[in-house]
Amino acid sequence: MLSTHNLSFAFDSSASKKLSFPDFTCPTGEHWLLLGQSGSGKTTLLHLLAGLRSPRTGTVTINDTALNELKGAALDRFRGQQIGVVFQEPHFVRALTIGENLALTRQLAGLPPAPKIIIDLLEQLNIAHKKDDLPQALSVGERQRAAIARALVNEPSLILADEPTSALDDQNTEQVVQLLQTQATNANATLLIVTHDNRLKSIFKQRIEL
Amino acid sequence: MNLLRLSWKNLTFKPLSMLLSITLFALGVGLISLLFLVQHQLEEKFEKNLAGIDLVIGAKGSPLQLILSSMYHVDAPTGNVPLGGVKPFLNPKHPLIETAIPISLGDSYKTFRVVGTTNDILDIYEAKIAQGKAWEQNFEVTIGANVARDLGMSLGDTFSSSHGFMEDDNLGHDHTAFKVVGILEQNGTVLDQLILTTNQSYWLTHDHDGESAPVAAPEEEEEEDHDHDEDGHDHDHGNEGHNHDEDGHDHAHELEPVKPLLEEPEDKQITSLLVKFKGRNYQALNMQRSINENTEMQAATPAIEINRLYKLMDSGEQALRILAIVIIFVSALSIFISLLSSLRERQYELALMRVMGSSRSKLFNLILCEGLLLAIIGWGVGLLMSHGGMQIFAGKLAESYGYDFSGWIFLPQEWFVLLGSLLLGVVAAIIPAVKASQTDISETLLKD
Repeated sequence: MLSTHNLSFAFDSSASKKLSFPDFTCPTGEHWLLLGQSGSGKTTLLHLLAGLRSPRTGTVTINDTALNELKGAALDRFRGQQIGVVFQEPHFVRALTIGENLALTRQLAGLPPAPKIIIDLLEQLNIAHKKDDLPQALSVGERQRAAIARALVNEPSLILADEPTSALDDQNTEQVVQLLQTQATNANATLLIVTHDNRLKSIFKQRIEL
Repeated sequence: MNLLRLSWKNLTFKPLSMLLSITLFALGVGLISLLFLVQHQLEEKFEKNLAGIDLVIGAKGSPLQLILSSMYHVDAPTGNVPLGGVKPFLNPKHPLIETAIPISLGDSYKTFRVVGTTNDILDIYEAKIAQGKAWEQNFEVTIGANVARDLGMSLGDTFSSSHGFMEDDNLGHDHTAFKVVGILEQNGTVLDQLILTTNQSYWLTHDHDGESAPVAAPEEEEEEDHDHDEDGHDHDHGNEGHNHDEDGHDHAHELEPVKPLLEEPEDKQITSLLVKFKGRNYQALNMQRSINENTEMQAATPAIEINRLYKLMDSGEQALRILAIVIIFVSALSIFISLLSSLRERQYELALMRVMGSSRSKLFNLILCEGLLLAIIGWGVGLLMSHGGMQIFAGKLAESYGYDFSGWIFLPQEWFVLLGSLLLGVVAAIIPAVKASQTDISETLLKD
C-alpha cells in the first residue's frame, strides 16, 4: 500500500515555486496511473515517493512505514528492498553484464543472491539470452525490459515507473505495460506508472491527475 | 558481486586509462625500489669487503683508486711499491699492526684477477676452503667459488694468466702454468671472484716475460736475485737450475719452498699492503699521516674512502630519487583525474546504485577501492620491474666486475613502499570518493 498526505515540495526555500500534491492511496496490488503535463512535478513526486528526495511538508507511507522517519542507510536499504523503480531511460552499471547488474541490485539491497529469480525474470521478459551481455549490446526495447527485470528482482512491494513508454512505439508500449502489469500482479506489488502518455489512459482504471 | 569485483570491472571497462595509471605508478615505484636495491647491495658489498682492514698502503695516487683496486678489485692499481719500503709493516713484531697482507696485482685469467698474496687473506675475509687446500708453493692457486663456477675449473686444472685485466690472448704469459690446488667456499666477499697465489709467483711470471708493468719487477732482478740469499737456499731458476725439471719446462720454481716476504730482497715489488691494526688509537692514526708525509707511498683508510664514494653516488641517487618522486606524483594525479572523469561518466550509474539501495558509504568505498586497486597493482608491477631490472643489471655487473648482485632480494623497505603506495592511492581517490558519496540521486536522475 502506498499513501501520501499533505505532500509538498520546493526546490528552494522561496515558497513561490512550491509544488503541492494531492493526497492519494494506492491499495496493495492495485495498478495506478499518475497523469500530468510536463512541468507539473510528476517526476518530482515520483522521487518523493521513492524517498530519493525529502518533501517540504507531508508524509509518504509505504506499507505502514513513513519514509521521512527513515534516515541515511536505513532509507537506502528500505528503498532497495521495498521499491522497484523503472526509469524513462534504462541505465545500467555499464561495466557489468545484465545478469551481473541484476545480481548487484540484490546485493546492494542486502538481499541474498538468487540466480533462480534472475533467470526466471529474464525468461519471462524474453531476454534470457542477453544475460551475459553488457548493457550497451542490447537494443532500446531489450534494455527497457532488462530495466523492468531489475525493478522486480528484489521482489518489491511497490513498483514505480517513470515514463516507461515515452521512447517506445505503440507495439513496444503495449508490450512493456503488459509486462509491468503481469509482473506486478505476479508479485502482488502495487504499481504506479507516472506518465503523460495518453495511450496508457485506456488501460488503467485508477488514475491520479496532477 | 562484491565491492572489489565491481571496482575491478569498472577499472577494466576503461583498460587504456587503467593502463596509463598503472604504468606511471609502476614506473615511480619501480625506480624507488630499484634505488633501494642497488644502494643496499652496493653498500652490502662494500661493508662486507671492508673486512676490518684499517689501512691500505700502496703507491701514491688517488686513495680511492688504491682502495678500489686493492680491496674491491675493480679499478687499476696506482702502481707498485718496493718491498723494502713496506717490510717494517710486514714484521710480525710491529707494535701497532695485527695483520699485514701483501697484495700483488696486474694479471688476470679470463677477466678474473690473479692476486698474489699470503694465506692471511683467507682469515680476514673469513673464507673457508671448499675443496683442496690453500696455495703454498709458487704457481699454486686457490680460486674463488665464482671463478670455479663461471670457468668450470676444478682441482688440478692448469692455466696461464695474462697481463692486465682484460681478456687478451696476446698478453698471455704462455709459459707459466698455474695449477688449481684449492677452491674456496662462496662467502659473498670479493674472494669469490679472485684467483689467489703467492706474491712470488708474480715476480716469477714477470721475470720470464721481461716485462715490468704493472708489477714492475726490475729487469736486472734476475741476475741479482740470488745474491741476496741469506738462508743459503739455492733456488736458481733463471739460467742454470733446471736439472730436476723432467719435462723440460721452465717450472723449476714450482717446487721451491716459498719464503716469507720479509726474507725476500728489498727491491722486489708488491702493489699494496692491507693493514689491520691491533687497535685504532692515536699512534695508528699517526702512522697513516707519517707514511703519507715521509715516504714515497700513501696510506688510505678504506672506511673514509668508501664514505667518500657513497657521497659521490649519493648525488646521482638524489637526482633519481627526485625523478621517481615526480613520476609518482604524476601517477597519483593520473589516478585522481581518471577516477574523477570516470565519475562524471558514471554519475547516473552511481545515482542508480543509490536507488537500488546502496548507501553513501558504499559508493565512497567503491571509488576508494578503485584507487587502491590501481595503487596496489602499480606497486606490484613496479616491484616486478625493479627486481627484474635488477636481475638483468646484475648480469651486466657480474660480467664487468665479477660481483654477484641479485634481483631476488627483498628488502623490508619495500613494505614501506607498499604502505606509501596505499596512502597515495587513498589520497588520489579520496576526493572522487567523497564526490561519489555526495551524488544527489534525484538531481542526477533529473539531469538526464
